Amino acid sequence: MTENNIVLEGKNLTKQFPGVLANDNVNFDLRKGEIHALLGENGAGKSTLMNLLYGLYHPDKGEVMVNGNPATINSPNDAIALGIGMVHQHFMLIPVFTVAENVMLGDETTKRGALDRNTVAQKINQISSQYGLSVDPNALVGDLPVGVQQRIEIIKALYREARILILDEPTAVLTPQEAEDLFRIMRDLTARGVSIIFITHKLKEVLAVADRITVMRAGRVINTVNPSETNSALLANMMVGRQVILTVNKQDRKPEEEILRVENFCVQDQRKLDVLHDVSFTVRSGEILGIAGVQGNGQTELSEALTGLRHPSSGKVLIDGVDVTGKTPRALTKAGLAHIPEDRQRHGLVLNYTVADNMALCDYYRPPFSRRGVIQQKALDDNSRKLIASFDVRTPSPFVNAGKLSGGNQQKVIVARELSRENVKLVIANQPTRGLDVGSIEYIHGEIIKMRDRGVAVLLISAELDEIMALSDRIAVMYRGKIVAIVDAKQPTREQLGLWMAGAHAETA
Amino acid sequence: MDWRRFGFIALIIIVLFGTVIMIGQVKQPPLLIITSMLATTIAVATPLALGALSGVYCERAGVVNIGIEGMMLSSAFFGWLGAIYMFHVFGMDIGISITLGVFFAILTGALMALLHAVLSITFKVDQIIGGTVINILAVGLTGFLNRQLFFGAGSVFGGNVPNSPGVLPTIHIPLTEIFTPVCGVSNACLVNLAAINRVFDQKPIAMGAILLVFFSHYVIFNTRWGLRTRAVGEHPKAADTVGIDVIKMRYANVIIGGMFAGLAGAYFTIESVPSFEPLLTNGRGFISLAAMIFGNWTPIGAWAASLVFGASQALLINMQIFRDVIPPQWSFLQESYIVGLTPYILTMFILTGIIGKTTPPAADGVPYEK
Repeated sequence: MTENNIVLEGKNLTKQFPGVLANDNVNFDLRKGEIHALLGENGAGKSTLMNLLYGLYHPDKGEVMVNGNPATINSPNDAIALGIGMVHQHFMLIPVFTVAENVMLGDETTKRGALDRNTVAQKINQISSQYGLSVDPNALVGDLPVGVQQRIEIIKALYREARILILDEPTAVLTPQEAEDLFRIMRDLTARGVSIIFITHKLKEVLAVADRITVMRAGRVINTVNPSETNSALLANMMVGRQVILTVNKQDRKPEEEILRVENFCVQDQRKLDVLHDVSFTVRSGEILGIAGVQGNGQTELSEALTGLRHPSSGKVLIDGVDVTGKTPRALTKAGLAHIPEDRQRHGLVLNYTVADNMALCDYYRPPFSRRGVIQQKALDDNSRKLIASFDVRTPSPFVNAGKLSGGNQQKVIVARELSRENVKLVIANQPTRGLDVGSIEYIHGEIIKMRDRGVAVLLISAELDEIMALSDRIAVMYRGKIVAIVDAKQPTREQLGLWMAGAHAETA
Repeated sequence: MDWRRFGFIALIIIVLFGTVIMIGQVKQPPLLIITSMLATTIAVATPLALGALSGVYCERAGVVNIGIEGMMLSSAFFGWLGAIYMFHVFGMDIGISITLGVFFAILTGALMALLHAVLSITFKVDQIIGGTVINILAVGLTGFLNRQLFFGAGSVFGGNVPNSPGVLPTIHIPLTEIFTPVCGVSNACLVNLAAINRVFDQKPIAMGAILLVFFSHYVIFNTRWGLRTRAVGEHPKAADTVGIDVIKMRYANVIIGGMFAGLAGAYFTIESVPSFEPLLTNGRGFISLAAMIFGNWTPIGAWAASLVFGASQALLINMQIFRDVIPPQWSFLQESYIVGLTPYILTMFILTGIIGKTTPPAADGVPYEK
């Protein structure tokens, strides 16, 4: 350890990928026992930097110092040997293995050739009690909730005696309470001399937990600041490079007639298990109903069943008074449904089709796009040019494949196609801003509000509680396939919603 | 491995055995039929069990292997050819020639698997296509060399197909000798004892296959190697982040799998009969894949499933033995091509997934990219 207590340092790190300079002369240092947040939008180069520090990539230029000594980290093995552990955004856990098997993988304890599961379990129990990370070593990982899975990832690093932890977007999959819990664990760890790099794009969390904040944009470090000297707005400006409006401007509006009515809706999965139990709610025109909940509590199934991609096992759906239960997506589109799907690349776009073709996916078979069974290329082009201009899609031309666009622009193509249709009465938007940069989020939120103000009914499904709270007029909370609460959006606090999302029961208001 | 699956396997075997007993009991006592059926079943299931093990190693590591058939066929040929060369050209002892033949078969399997590994792991060729390449290559290569070496004018053996040095001997397990005192003077007891002993008197590859099944099961589920193999087949990225070399593990397991397929090939030309004919594996590589799937990618399960196919082949053989006593209302059983369909029909039936769904390794067939 050196005098200034720097345990990990990246000097002038540069990494070039085909077409992108992912890291451009990046300098970054981590002090012993601190939480150093790395803030930036998607594509800012945070993950590249971490992968350089963890040995998954090799820098084209620059060097990494560990405890003041130059270190060559050519593989995760080297990183582990130097006491660096990483908790990846997408957990690196094997669902069909037990906790103990996952933890020992790569660093197995054996006894006469056989895996020594007992010794490993003991060591896990020891780590859990030491750091307050309770977990059953013999449970199958696939059966455990995500919050616990994350703990296993941390235990995995501690099992390898990591003194430096890299947490990549650790709160993306957690409820607010689970996130609080994680922050407590992080503080416990730093109190015991562990140093943490905390990667995120959530401003609130950074301000709550970090000792220092480094902001990255477009592959470069913009600044390193102390939380006491900054605020959300300043950080957002650094992240995006321009003024950003973080709050959503929304006037009060009186909802009118009922557009969507869902009655006693049940959906089963492939194994014939109920994933939605008896879900009922309504959405009226000029209102946004937000469905909050931790990912995987039935939101995907709900939106698929409402948009005709999945059959309900019982229950009824009415759009504008007409029973549309079990209708095909095309029939629903004709009935006035616009759908912004959860997975834009799989369900929203045909990535190998051009932007122009993608923009006509709902209506290609009807005039003016199609006459006597023949596609009218001219009409497609005109339509796309109009939409590209009005929805501010950044694309070199309408004839570029949709797969070539950035995530934000792909989403804009979908939004343009869905919201520009004339007969839209109901919008179902599932995770409309997931993985997007602050600028695109701002834009898409604006479009959703615009639809509501035009008198369209909006069902917004999102795992981002902030998004739900900012946009919704009413909020429904889903937990294990049930709606546990439906309340006016002004009523509950963040904490209350968090409790419902974790399964605490509520009387429906 | 769930009990429903084992129950289904037991049921089919009982039905197949029952059919033979029902028909054959006019000629032979049931115990004799059961023991001879069992002996045949175990012997005939050998290449299927080994082929299934080959698939288990490959696919547990995340590489789909539909080239088992081709690996078996080429190993059968080169193992046999090796034994002939050792015996006729180098003038080696019979036993040594045969043993080296087995070695050549395993080596051939390993080399074919290496080709599959290079195609599917390094070059990330679609693994189904890679396997198909192996199958087509094996058919062409063995057919061509068989003709050129033995039958063509000016071929090495000048048109005279030399005799193979022979087949591996049966290993006698001395149950009869040990238990004779128990029987005393009872003649019936001695006859039964001899009949039971026949089940255990198997040839070395057949016996080795059973040991390898249990050994592999232990390796895959209880050792470091197995844990890492399953990890790269389930979630290679997770394995990579804890410092496991995904590419190396996959290569190693595919090659180990190839060696098992090679041993299966040796069964045909060095253990079962001392001759080679083109296409002699006759789809057994594919049936072993079905056995692997039905066994839910576990060695013991796959072995149990191969016993079903073994039993259906034993049915075919016994229907020929008891041909003259098949009652007229069962006369379709005289048609060997109908009875011979049994394993293939079973394969189709089992692969429909009626008997419960099986779960392949999550990253099976997906090339690993950093």
